[in-house]
Amino acid sequence: MPHYVPHTDADFARMLADLGLASPGELFRSVPAALRLAGGIDLPPGMPEPDVASQMARLAGTNRSPGDLVCFAGGGAYDHDIPAVTRALAGRSEFVTSYTPYQPEVAQGVLQALFEYQTLVARLSGLPVANASLYDGASAVVEAVNLAVAATGRQTVWVSAGLNPRWREVLATLTAGRDLHLVDIPLVEGTTAWPGLPGSRPSGNAGRPDGAEPGPPAALVAPSPNYLGCIDPLPRAREAADAVGALLVSVFDPVCAGLLRSPGEQGADVAVAEGQPLGTPMAFGGPYLGMFAVSAAHVRRLPGRLVGRTLDVQGRTAYVTTLRAREQDIRREKASSNICTNETLIAIAAMVQLAWLGTEGLRELALRCARGTRYLRDALLTLPGVRPLVGAPVVREFSVELPVNPGTAVERMAEEGFLAGIPVAADGREGLVVAVTEKRTRAEMDAYVSAMEKVIA
Amino acid sequence: MSPTSSPDPSPDLGPAAAHGQIAAPGPAPSSAPVPTRAAVPAGAPVAPGAAGGRAWSAPLLGHEAEPTVFDLSVPGRRSASFRTTGVPEWSAHELVPADELRPGPPAIAEVSERDLVAHMTRLSHRQYSVDLGAYPLGSCTMKYNPKVCDEAAALPGLTGAHPATPAPYVQGWLSLLWSLADALCRVTGMHAATLQPPAGAAGELTGLLLMRAWHKDKGRSPGKILIPDSAHGTNPASVSLAGYRTVSVPSDERGLVKPATLQGFLDDDIAGIMLTNPNTLGLFEEDIAELAAMVHEAGGLLYYDGANLNAILGVTRPGDMGFDIVHLNLHKTFAVPHGGGGPGAGPVAVTAALADFLPGPTPQRLDDGSFTWVQPAKSIGRIHGWHGNALALARAWAYILANGSDGLRQVSQAAVLNANWLLAQLRGTYTVPYDRPAMHEVVVSTKGAPGTSGELHALDVGKRLLEKGFHAPTVYFPLVVPEALMIEPTETESPETVAALAQALLEIAHEPAQLAAAAPRTTPIGRADEALAARSLVPTWDAGRP
Repeated sequence: MPHYVPHTDADFARMLADLGLASPGELFRSVPAALRLAGGIDLPPGMPEPDVASQMARLAGTNRSPGDLVCFAGGGAYDHDIPAVTRALAGRSEFVTSYTPYQPEVAQGVLQALFEYQTLVARLSGLPVANASLYDGASAVVEAVNLAVAATGRQTVWVSAGLNPRWREVLATLTAGRDLHLVDIPLVEGTTAWPGLPGSRPSGNAGRPDGAEPGPPAALVAPSPNYLGCIDPLPRAREAADAVGALLVSVFDPVCAGLLRSPGEQGADVAVAEGQPLGTPMAFGGPYLGMFAVSAAHVRRLPGRLVGRTLDVQGRTAYVTTLRAREQDIRREKASSNICTNETLIAIAAMVQLAWLGTEGLRELALRCARGTRYLRDALLTLPGVRPLVGAPVVREFSVELPVNPGTAVERMAEEGFLAGIPVAADGREGLVVAVTEKRTRAEMDAYVSAMEKVIA
Repeated sequence: MSPTSSPDPSPDLGPAAAHGQIAAPGPAPSSAPVPTRAAVPAGAPVAPGAAGGRAWSAPLLGHEAEPTVFDLSVPGRRSASFRTTGVPEWSAHELVPADELRPGPPAIAEVSERDLVAHMTRLSHRQYSVDLGAYPLGSCTMKYNPKVCDEAAALPGLTGAHPATPAPYVQGWLSLLWSLADALCRVTGMHAATLQPPAGAAGELTGLLLMRAWHKDKGRSPGKILIPDSAHGTNPASVSLAGYRTVSVPSDERGLVKPATLQGFLDDDIAGIMLTNPNTLGLFEEDIAELAAMVHEAGGLLYYDGANLNAILGVTRPGDMGFDIVHLNLHKTFAVPHGGGGPGAGPVAVTAALADFLPGPTPQRLDDGSFTWVQPAKSIGRIHGWHGNALALARAWAYILANGSDGLRQVSQAAVLNANWLLAQLRGTYTVPYDRPAMHEVVVSTKGAPGTSGELHALDVGKRLLEKGFHAPTVYFPLVVPEALMIEPTETESPETVAALAQALLEIAHEPAQLAAAAPRTTPIGRADEALAARSLVPTWDAGRP
């Protein structure tokens, strides 16, 4: 048994005596006897710490290590280099082992780091206000939809078919209890055919399950780059949103933000992103970071915590959580979001990572991802039977159609030492989404192409 | 690429920076000063003397504010470094369509690595943490986080795995997740679990959606969820998001839910009840078995809010009490560090009757001992973009391995012992509104406190405690107790620490109340003007620029 409980037997005996109790069991005298667990929890006894470390190392060792399964998968989780400085600073125990900053006098460290994080998210998104984080990209999309529904009083949402399919599923799951109508707007050659625009076709499932006509949408959910890697022009989505009086929810990528026009600049009302690429390891899917920014008009509907700058009683600069009246612990059943615990530590890591990258470094990071993407895509398309899945321009990820089943290709490529990508379906065709980060070398990409040539032969 | 050779024009703060002003609509006073922002080129030194940083330690002593990373910025200064790849160096114009290309990079900050390290280290010195001292925030279970769990979660074999890696190549991860879900079922007396919910509130919503799916499967669509008036705010917020209505059930003079009272709320429209046990007063709901039978009789389900599970490990299980759905806060009971507010993890465990509805995919062990993903037959669908907050789950698994059955029972014994021992020392000085055997936390009040001099407020007690070297307890919660101080020492604080905390609280009660009202004065900042923060919103550095 470990020694995380400091009490000695003598401590236990003395404290119980102070309370007039004869045994530890009497501490639980308010638990009815019929509910007491005889024999304790059905688990093995505790292990010495070195044994725990060995056991965990054995578990970790049965995963293929990043070194021998070279990662070309993305889909919302990207294999970027993380500098030692990000790990060291985000790993400081003052940040790691503190709670939500309810006492600002002793939480200026976390609060100021979040203020700096919010500033950076606002700059990347081109919108003036960002919150202090949500769980991940998927939860950020859900909260954006909730905001739009609350702001407009409408119950329909148009969702681009280019949205990450897992995030689309989370959106469906978490809104299932309410009378929301999610309408999928199809892609044509990789970009969304928003209704009402020249050349678009009517959406396939615009009718409600109960047969009623769907009302006008509260929001358009518009990812760019989308799940297939394509740049999906935001001005077109803005135009379609304006035609029906809806909000525009932009789903962007924080790395591509170094190269692409910002959501705010292109008229987004809400911008959300998965922040994992900014200093957080892939870590089998979490914890990640939901980035969330809004235009000034929607500040009071912002979900989650918001840090603001103010003064203390002596007139010194101070940071506090603010507009607290929006939050669940005050609004209770009237709250439009239930988020309490967020991803503060991951937000701090993102802040450090961005500051380390710097203004030019973010641009260079995005450029390096785009260069690798171009290089590998061009090389793959020279293989017989490999074709672009869709035609639109890409930045950090691309999709191809293979002459073999993409799931099979991923399995065979793994045997060759590559995580080749993620199988995807678009327009009734199957393909592979492939991501290239600044971490991938030309030699790795050349080896990938050779392996793929063998796999599809 | 060096900044001087870059073809890109000046960094761009975005359109919001050029004309933006944050005129927050809504109920704010309209006379509020409107913060404005100007298009300040990033990197322009704005706090004289701050740019470039000074490797000094004054901010940690509280005499001076720490400049922001934007104040420290100097044009052209860099930290970033990229690996050699041999990839052709196409230009941005060759890679991105012209009308999509942003004219200049978004302004970040331009600092040296050394100054970034100094900045963050100074910030960390303006931050209280469990590693520094006791953190008796009631309901938050701020226990010590064992370092072996940190190391386990930092293993490259865990951190380096892409979440879409096919199952045969991530058997270690699947094994870990399966084992953790199994252990959590053993702890709670449940049948199956999902590890996807990334926090307690997400677990609550998951549980309520499971309830909805279960009722729908039976052809029912009841609309109401019962919640005691002492519940956490996330409970009613989650109820609304699940499409239900909250009906608040009053607690009785004992601080508990009385069966006779509950009976009056049960009808055909009840989907279920959400209970925290021990409840937010730190009291065990002694009539829970009878309450459970009544809710089940009415066709409803029982949801267990696991916020307070730290009190009952190895003593009793929610499953034995009659609960159908349980969420656990791994960042409370299972020592996952809180990270300044997250990440956490909020797995949900259920009875066999609800297992088919769990979010998927879930890990499953096959007969040959290997693991795969399966989709529950009537799954409500995904709750998380991938598999949940996996590294938080890994830390919790290491914690469970280290403690085992005996260690977990000792956790609850020491947690409950510490809380009762603390209460015994406070009784007679502070008001004890519900004086029953406490579980892992105690709720006392300054209202009518026999041992206090003058008008002492709970908030002020907390602020004065900061000066005395402890974090404040939770104040003004639960809502049913006026001037509440909710104190949870946790099991990892020694008797000496608990005694010192009690001593500090007694001193505060006996001192002139003005001392507490003026506190804290020795912290990096004094009390902050929260009204100013809301009235004149400055949520970013740019918004604060003149």
